Amino acid sequence: MSERGNGDGPLLEVDHVKKYFPIRKGLLQREVGAVHAVDDVTFAVREGETLGLVGESGCGKSTLGRTIVRLLEPTEGSVIFEGRDISKLRTRSLRPLRRDMQMIFQDPYASLNPRKRVGSIIGTPLKIHGYDKSKRRQRVQELLETVGLSPEHYNRFPHEFSGGQRQRIGVARALALNPKLVVADEPVSALDVSIQSQMLNLLDDLQKELSLTYIFIAHDLGVVRHVSDRIAVMYLGKLVELSPAEDLYQRPIMPYTEALLSAVPIPDPDLAHQRERIVLQGDVPSPINPPSGCRFHPRCRYMTDICKEVEPPLVDYGRGHLAACHHPLNVDRETLEQVRVLKAHTPGSADEAAKPQVPGKQGVGPIPRSG
Amino acid sequence: MSERLIEVKGLKVQFATEDGIVKAVDGVDFELQRGQVLGIVGESGSGKSVTAMTLLGLTRDKNTRFEGEVLYKGRDVLQMNEGELQDVRGNEMSMIFQDPMTSLNPVYTIGAQICEAIQIHERADKNAAKRRAVELLKQVGIPNAESRVDNYPHEFSGGMRQRAMIAMALACNPDVLIADEPTTALDVTIQAQIIELIDRLKDDFNSAVILITHDLGVVADVADEIVVMYAGRVVERANTRQLFYDPQHPYTWGLLGSIPRLDRPKQERLHSIKGTPPSLINAPRGCKFRPRCLRQVHRGASAREPGGGAGPSRPLLVVGGRETPPA
Repeated sequence: MSERGNGDGPLLEVDHVKKYFPIRKGLLQREVGAVHAVDDVTFAVREGETLGLVGESGCGKSTLGRTIVRLLEPTEGSVIFEGRDISKLRTRSLRPLRRDMQMIFQDPYASLNPRKRVGSIIGTPLKIHGYDKSKRRQRVQELLETVGLSPEHYNRFPHEFSGGQRQRIGVARALALNPKLVVADEPVSALDVSIQSQMLNLLDDLQKELSLTYIFIAHDLGVVRHVSDRIAVMYLGKLVELSPAEDLYQRPIMPYTEALLSAVPIPDPDLAHQRERIVLQGDVPSPINPPSGCRFHPRCRYMTDICKEVEPPLVDYGRGHLAACHHPLNVDRETLEQVRVLKAHTPGSADEAAKPQVPGKQGVGPIPRSG
Repeated sequence: MSERLIEVKGLKVQFATEDGIVKAVDGVDFELQRGQVLGIVGESGSGKSVTAMTLLGLTRDKNTRFEGEVLYKGRDVLQMNEGELQDVRGNEMSMIFQDPMTSLNPVYTIGAQICEAIQIHERADKNAAKRRAVELLKQVGIPNAESRVDNYPHEFSGGMRQRAMIAMALACNPDVLIADEPTTALDVTIQAQIIELIDRLKDDFNSAVILITHDLGVVADVADEIVVMYAGRVVERANTRQLFYDPQHPYTWGLLGSIPRLDRPKQERLHSIKGTPPSLINAPRGCKFRPRCLRQVHRGASAREPGGGAGPSRPLLVVGGRETPPA
């Protein structure tokens, strides 16, 4: 395994990143509002780990993913890669960085140029970065094999492949330049279940072989559990929970996480009937006019007055498990006494003084363990 | 004993295309009783959607060939003319489609689209139809139904559009509701809402439901009986508990094994089914799952066609080309 690293710092730091998209109306295209797609998110990713980023439509996970790889520029805040702030870099300075940060896209049908052959699709990054023709060909063949395709696929067009195979081509393309960080944006959502598991196993193998760091964006908590070391839960542009993977499933602290876990269908009829299904009322609100205070409060069954008024700060509940909630679940009184607000992580609009005083519901386990 | 509403016998649907004949459905049998929820599970290319659309005569075309029978209350849908089909659609059997944004007409209000069905089938006047539409929207959980009935589809969120489609489908009290991947395009918390809604409404309206999906988790919760399809055929048919706790067909094992489970300890490696689904054009004879099957016990070049559907609800297991009934 190759030695990589920039010392002891994390590979990637996302520091109070905001991404707003302006809404313009009228002849003069005046800005009348904004979509608060990502609204003050902070976390770090260590080298070699997989951070799962989950949330539903409109939570900002895809926008955050794109901002990290600089397909978008953050409105505020910084993205720091290997100790260097890349938030405002211009194209030319970014180019060498593109070798190190790559993206796998969700839709295997839209993300490959239908008019180019596979060899060219995978080879273009190599071409841009100065590999000569024979080296390119060799590298592409290597990559095809790495992702489980065969050399004869080199001259074919995307439409000659199935969805799962196209996704493999996308992976090969992302790996072409030996990146350090790969942001995978819902890489298996468009695939059938039996192909999903092939792809997840492949991504897992590649991570070990090539010392990759992943940010794995998904809405499916089952899939994310399988690949992630830590999981970040987003809701309407905010980071609401960040936890080592297993701990999230055993001990969800933020009620939205509880509801999300409870909504995941379980392929086990008896368990499915037994368990307490929390069905949230209402729809996900719009990121144009997000609710005040805790953004989840209109749909939260534990909601009280403070939830409507004050945005909760991110609190460290021990063992690296952070959550933002005024009535944290699965936390007892002793733990509450010892916790501290994470000033560094807490969004600007949250009130650091609003450390939770009263524990919420205990022993919450939306997923009953099977025998 | 429940009334048998639908009986599909030996259904085959073939599409003639430039590349050859696509055998989308290649011999399918199943039944649906009143009050029952039947899950049809399969991946891309399994033929589940084509089967569903054929139940409503939506796959008819000059390039389509049918074989077998699709009996609705004893009458063969495949033999009905367009007029008879129109009477059945909406009124007796209705359908909810996968992606509500593309299935709803963007230039008509939700109310107008619901009323259309009511006015055609029940010959109600505009006002009565509209009152009924508002009532239906309330039943499917749309808040402020009186004002939202005049909204256009783009003014509704994904979950609400799906509810509106369900309202449309139930408008004329059909006996059978066919839901084709009703939750696939939706977020997981909204999915849970929609499934719960369908479950409740089937009792309120005394309808039977055919729920088509690739997600085994969804059918575990609401289905009474499940049919698993692969490459245009039924490979296993069983009641829900039997399917999950005692699956017989290797494809079913593979599917169940491929799902990452939240209720079990994390697995090191996900089970996966090697290979990819077969082409439906010029498919090889014999068992279609053979190239991907872990139970490779075959004599000679071609295995026999596996028998299926004999007996109440258990498939025959194909072992080495011979049929062996399960113990």
